[in-house]
Amino acid sequence: MPDLLIELFSEEIPARMQGKAAADFKKLVTDGLVEAGLTYASAGAFSTPRRLVLSVEELTAESRAVREERKGPRVDAPVAALEGFLRSTGLTKDQLEVREDKKAQVYFAVVEKPGRAADAIVAEVLEGVIRNFPWPKSMRWGSGSLRWVRPLQSVLCLMVDEAGARVVPFEIDGIRAGNTTEGHRFMGAGRFAVTSFDDYRVKLSRAKVMLDAAEREGQIWQEATNMAFAAGLEVVEDRGLLAEVAGLVEWPVVLMGQIGEEFMGLPPEVLQTSMKEHQKFFSVRNPRTGRIERFITVANIEAADGGAAILKGNQKVLRARLSDARFFWENDLRVAKGGMGDWAEGLRAVTFHNKLGSQAERIERIAALAREIAPLVGADAALAEQAAKVAKLDLRSSMVGEFPELQGVMGRYYALEAGMAASVADACRDHYSPLGPADAVPVEPVSVAVALADKIDTLTGFWAIDEKPTGSKDPFALRRAALGVIRLVLVNGVRASLLNVFDRHFSIALVLARKVGEQISGEMSKTEDADLLAFFHDRLKVFLRDQGIRHDVIDACLAMPGNDDLTLLVKRAQALQSFLTSDDGTNLLQGFKRANNILSQAEAKDGVEYSFGADPKFAESDAERALFNALDVAEQAIGPAMRAEDFAAAMGAMAQLRAPIDAFFEAVQINAENEILRRNRLNLLHRIRAICAGVADLTKVEG
Amino acid sequence: MADTATLPRSFQEIILRLQSYWASKGCAVLQPYDMEVGAGTFHPATTLRALGSKAWAAAYVQPSRRPTDGRYGENPNRLQHYYQYQVIIKPSPPDLQDLYLGSLRAIGLDPMLHDIRFVEDDWESPTLGAWGLGWEVWCDGMEVSQFTYFQQVGGHDCRPVSGELTYGLERLAMYVLGIDHVMEMPFNDPASPIPLKYGDIFRQTEEEFSRHNFDGATTEMLFQHFKDAEAECERLLAFAPEDPKSGKRIVMAHPAYDQCIKASHLFNLLDARGVISVTERQAYIGRVRALAKRCADAFVTTEAGGALGGAAA
Repeated sequence: MPDLLIELFSEEIPARMQGKAAADFKKLVTDGLVEAGLTYASAGAFSTPRRLVLSVEELTAESRAVREERKGPRVDAPVAALEGFLRSTGLTKDQLEVREDKKAQVYFAVVEKPGRAADAIVAEVLEGVIRNFPWPKSMRWGSGSLRWVRPLQSVLCLMVDEAGARVVPFEIDGIRAGNTTEGHRFMGAGRFAVTSFDDYRVKLSRAKVMLDAAEREGQIWQEATNMAFAAGLEVVEDRGLLAEVAGLVEWPVVLMGQIGEEFMGLPPEVLQTSMKEHQKFFSVRNPRTGRIERFITVANIEAADGGAAILKGNQKVLRARLSDARFFWENDLRVAKGGMGDWAEGLRAVTFHNKLGSQAERIERIAALAREIAPLVGADAALAEQAAKVAKLDLRSSMVGEFPELQGVMGRYYALEAGMAASVADACRDHYSPLGPADAVPVEPVSVAVALADKIDTLTGFWAIDEKPTGSKDPFALRRAALGVIRLVLVNGVRASLLNVFDRHFSIALVLARKVGEQISGEMSKTEDADLLAFFHDRLKVFLRDQGIRHDVIDACLAMPGNDDLTLLVKRAQALQSFLTSDDGTNLLQGFKRANNILSQAEAKDGVEYSFGADPKFAESDAERALFNALDVAEQAIGPAMRAEDFAAAMGAMAQLRAPIDAFFEAVQINAENEILRRNRLNLLHRIRAICAGVADLTKVEG
Repeated sequence: MADTATLPRSFQEIILRLQSYWASKGCAVLQPYDMEVGAGTFHPATTLRALGSKAWAAAYVQPSRRPTDGRYGENPNRLQHYYQYQVIIKPSPPDLQDLYLGSLRAIGLDPMLHDIRFVEDDWESPTLGAWGLGWEVWCDGMEVSQFTYFQQVGGHDCRPVSGELTYGLERLAMYVLGIDHVMEMPFNDPASPIPLKYGDIFRQTEEEFSRHNFDGATTEMLFQHFKDAEAECERLLAFAPEDPKSGKRIVMAHPAYDQCIKASHLFNLLDARGVISVTERQAYIGRVRALAKRCADAFVTTEAGGALGGAAA
């Protein structure tokens, strides 16, 4: 069975696109081959800056022949039916067979599809894949009409079997497939022919191309760590940068360079960001001092001078970059030492959103809210307010202007420089968190207060001006903000009614939303509150589902009062989930549902609510009396447990009802002839319902 | 052809070598456009000639002005007036990358000794309604050129596609010559009877124009001139194509485009004067883009713009 080798050779593919492109290439081609009736043993895809490569092993040499039969109309059917059948099969009447079917004469179409050679299928599939490749951005070049990520220069497409290698006949936009490729742009020596994947790989390597991105990454990391280690230093790990750099070279050559002593005073984050963003350098740290002392750069060439000129050039560029950074830092320090008043003033001129005022106005709102939230999270109100007032001032600093990703990080340095408390400075850095699901959640109370206030202000503000997320559109990252609030609340065990927090803040946001001339009514803000809470509940459901909590369990808890206290809500949901996984839990649920169904039907039929309280004196059997007792015991245990928010204990007590309920249903007929007995029993069922309903809305639970 | 076996010794030698290299590759070596522009792309030889079906190959130096970048001649790398070297070839030839690398060799950058890389960089000019894909070319970690395949200009799809190369001449030359401050760079050969450094020629003008751009220019006048240029551009394009005097079809695409260039530069000056707010900025850019688009619309109806029988109709 033949092996297949395809290489699409182009001008430089953006590093960030290479990994996905290789995976897409493999999937699209192999899916296409399989769909066309071929099978294969294994496939591997590779990418370098200049090529996408696919190697498929043990491909079937041709697709299987297929025989298809289709039943048509009866011979005596109207002519139109036959014509339609002929159209859909593409056959003529004399090509049809007539067979006996269910005692009628029926037309049959028999279509034989012979097997096709793999070469033809490969050519067809490859053309489709190239023309429809899912590049994030593609382009045209020259006079052609083909689109590719950058100009496609050559295609290598080989089938290799016992007889040797043959080129698959294929041509696209004037590029004819062949058996040749070229190596490294500078260190290679022209085009060369290959005869198999192994041959290809070996020859590429000889022509200074390391085909496998993982191998390039490994090589870079190993060389870099070795070099740093030899100097008594360590490389700052950065997987994203490593992947990017491996996508910028076909033959990685690792070099370590010096950072001028005059830049050592810069914060390590500044050095690291500047070197990474502008130069794609790795930072090399002194493990004893934590200082960034050197850099690692990865060149794409083994230069005759051992890389001296390259290193010299890189150091020169870095010096210019860091001179800028130092200029920004020194400027910023002057403003910071002066209390950052210039920046606060500057934020008055920066619009946050045209309906929500300036950044300065927003900061005022956040500060007021942070002050209010502070006691709920155990923070000092004055510190929380102060932190909120300074947390965003660094947006006006030169450094953050140059490196927006340093927002907050710089704020912390500047707040310290301005002589503020460490907790205030930390809040500057941490109040944006958590940014993504993987980002750590702040736990320092001042940071928590400001982080919550920041996000809640964003949410109430955009709710007030009706800029809510729709479908996939969430331009203001409101889903992320809501998830941030949820995680902050849960991780820190914050106990608070979100509705109370929203309510007060909405009024502020609505006023700020400048709904001119419109009286801000309490009603309006109540509607928005409820809507925003529902948004939180949706995000919470997604969050809890990821943690393995069933959606119906969440619904059962959402239906309970106090559902704007997320910590309480989740506590209840966790207890219910674990309760329902126990035998007692599942059986009790059945008992509850049975009781609830009978009761609901009776209530619907009789048009009354059976909530008058059952009287034990009408109990006829032991099972019935036992249930009365059990309900009394449960009620006594559940009440205090619920007041103590000990859901596990409450549900434990509820579980004790399982056996008596089961026995009751076993022994007693609810719909007794005697109407007094019947009503009493329905009222007894009502007690079951009421007890359970106080813990969670079990009607929402499935099963 | 300049001697490429040795390293260049001056700024002008680098320019001369680029001129002679691209001439040898068949480009028409044009002269700078005689108006204030922000970048070599604004030269009609690029903006307009990238449109339409006709083949084109040109190279030229373009003095470029970025009023906000003025630093009174003190910053080692920033200038409000600097030079770009621009190459534009339509359709983009299949070996454009190799041709480009040849130009680096011509000015003394040996790719076997230096680390030359093509790093993703998509180019967009919101004022010209233009975008393309390509790279910034890095030499030892420094961006030395912009390499773009034009996809759209003035809102028109480019068919065929032009390949555009832009070299930032001062930065590139400082690197090749090993100079740390632009004002210290030899402009002519240091062994000349009268050696001149970049600063001898441009330090004073950088000071003067920095002051002019930031404080001197009369903003009311600039605002008025912007409006005038905008109105004139539209007026010129509103003429009927038939010229009664010559009896020919004459669309005034280039004169109109001159007004677009003017508007663009006036906007840059107003920006440097700090009188355009963040929200107004977008609106101004949009107004210039609208002019650029209308000029492009007009150009493609002309002969040079590839319209069939454009002159005869």
